[in-house]
Amino acid sequence: MENNTSSPTILKVEGLTKYFGGLGAVQNFEMVLKQGDLNGLIGPNGAGKTTVFNLITGIYVPTRGLIEFDGTSTAGREPFEITRSGIARTFQNIRLFSNLSVLDNVRIAYHPHAGYSLTDSVLRTKRFYVKEDELTEQALDFLAIFGLEGIQNELAKNLPYGQQRRVEIARALAANPKLLLLDEPAAGMNPKEIIELMDLIHFIHDRFNLTILLIEHQMRVVMGICRYITVMDFGQVIARGNPKEIQANQRVVEAYLGKGAGHAA
Amino acid sequence: MEFGFLVGSIVKILALLAYIYGILWVMAQPSRWVKAGGLIVAFGVVQLGLTKFGNFQILNSFDSGLLFQASAMTMVALGLNLIYGFNGQFSLGQWGFYGIGAYTAADITYRWVNGDARGLVVIAVGTILGAVILTGINKLLNQIRGVPVMSAFTLYLIGSIAAGYVAVMAGKLLFPVFQPLLGTNLEPGILATGIPLQVVFFLAVILAGVFAAEISFLLGVPVLTLGSDYFGIATLGFTIVVNVLMVNSDTILPFPEMKGGRGMVGIPKLTTWFWAFFFMIVVIVIMRNILRSSTGRAIMSVREDETAAKAMGIDIAGSKLMSFIIGSLFAGMGGAIYAHFIGFLSPGSFDFLVGFNPLIIVVFGGLGSMTGTIAASFGWLFFLEGLLRVLLGQMGTEAPTWRYVLYPLTLLLLMLIRPQGLLGTVEWGFLKAKEVLVRQKPKPASTDTPAVQA
Repeated sequence: MENNTSSPTILKVEGLTKYFGGLGAVQNFEMVLKQGDLNGLIGPNGAGKTTVFNLITGIYVPTRGLIEFDGTSTAGREPFEITRSGIARTFQNIRLFSNLSVLDNVRIAYHPHAGYSLTDSVLRTKRFYVKEDELTEQALDFLAIFGLEGIQNELAKNLPYGQQRRVEIARALAANPKLLLLDEPAAGMNPKEIIELMDLIHFIHDRFNLTILLIEHQMRVVMGICRYITVMDFGQVIARGNPKEIQANQRVVEAYLGKGAGHAA
Repeated sequence: MEFGFLVGSIVKILALLAYIYGILWVMAQPSRWVKAGGLIVAFGVVQLGLTKFGNFQILNSFDSGLLFQASAMTMVALGLNLIYGFNGQFSLGQWGFYGIGAYTAADITYRWVNGDARGLVVIAVGTILGAVILTGINKLLNQIRGVPVMSAFTLYLIGSIAAGYVAVMAGKLLFPVFQPLLGTNLEPGILATGIPLQVVFFLAVILAGVFAAEISFLLGVPVLTLGSDYFGIATLGFTIVVNVLMVNSDTILPFPEMKGGRGMVGIPKLTTWFWAFFFMIVVIVIMRNILRSSTGRAIMSVREDETAAKAMGIDIAGSKLMSFIIGSLFAGMGGAIYAHFIGFLSPGSFDFLVGFNPLIIVVFGGLGSMTGTIAASFGWLFFLEGLLRVLLGQMGTEAPTWRYVLYPLTLLLLMLIRPQGLLGTVEWGFLKAKEVLVRQKPKPASTDTPAVQA
């Protein structure tokens, strides 16, 4: 892609196609993400954006096509293995572990690299205590970064919406990903919360040296923080470019507002 | 008399709850010595109650029976709570594993006191070899990717049958070695009495649990791929299969000593309060240690949201399989304790209808509350089997049957008034999750933190 050409490629998607029965949810989707990109994926409802996320994270198996993360194909790997290799995500409708505490929600992300075995925890060895304290500290650090200090023992379901979003992002980051997929993080937020969210995304992008791919409906979020945007409609990519180019693109305007809207504007 | 009995029973139930609270409280103490001392005192108090001083005995044989049954029930119910309450998999198969554990352990000790070492040798060699082979195949399958579930299951099954065959051969081989040491039923040899017999009983309980766990692994591999409700039906089928095999154990299975539908008699009554208490505490400690660890959080996350758990890098299938195996291990151990308390095993006690008892206890005590399960197991036996049975018994010979009406009604009322169970997710003392209140170290330099405070 045009920006960031010098950085190494972190995600390469080629000819990705997914059919549900006869319905082509995603057709010939192509995308390249370089290390450090902060890109957007937009499109009207039902365009297939979340399906792309589910394909990348392995929740759906592609009908055709190639997904290469960090130089290796993700084909045939279980979703949890793909996550462990460095892709974390959040969900469109927040999916926290609602009956667990905020701290436990974040600590679950450390499970694949907790550093102690089942035997350690049954016998309560020294190793267990050391590692458990370590990961608890790390989780508390994450909560502090996200301004969630002091509510670590609350049940996740009792938090207000904005905080739940932040817990979800903190949880995804605690998995120590190289690539973060955010599925409509601003959904249901008020303008003030949206501004905070944009700051937060910028901040985590810089601080954790992340590559971020973002699905979003709120144009001000996408246009405000994404450097490069891919637009989908009916399962296909209809445009790519930086925010300025996308705003001027005739097909994008048509996809969102219908034919003829471009002339009226 | 009636009034006195009523008051006495209520006092007993309250004392029991206080007793459970006391145990959990003392186990939560930081000092190792206090913990050990507290447990010894807790054991001693009941042991004292069970001891006869002349004609006086605080806990009569009826009470002690309830006590032993309750501790066995606690083990099964805790296992079920791990599977259903914490992992979210609706299993009706735990009663089957309880039965497997009971019959396995009973067969080991029954044969042992009758001068036949094959029970112990075959089961010991079979379970150990089976465990080695199954983990070996599991490691191998993890290397080769994308093996279909049924193919994996077939491999596991072949491995287990091979282990079983070797075990039977080993039994035949070692049989004559043990023969002179065991003696006969009437003239027990050196290994069939005293401490050696206690050791064999200890091994029998452990082996019964491990055997049940291995069966649950074989069952779980194909069946856990089903959704929760279908999993429940499949495990119910398992309980029925186990029951049918018990009824026909002397005809279609080569175990004449189990005597099929007539019931297995003459099992040595080796369960003492020490063993019942010991194994119950072991089960409680193991379960609590698993739940309050990263593995436990993974298990609970599967219950909360499978998709999110997947996206957090948690091996859903592995997590389900693990809690199913551990739950069945507990059930098998509970069965072994029960068998050696009652001394007589009838297939009727392992009918699938009776199999709903642990489920009702778990729901009654609160899904996802270990304390609730323990309290409900004891409360259930002492209230329904103890108090209610005797009270109704005084109203006529057939009246005790009414408790099967009162009992579902109580459950129905509870579900209407308090659907989360008596204790919800409340835990006492030792079982409580450690709350992280203050940070042990100063927080990181937060100069670069943006204004994200709400």
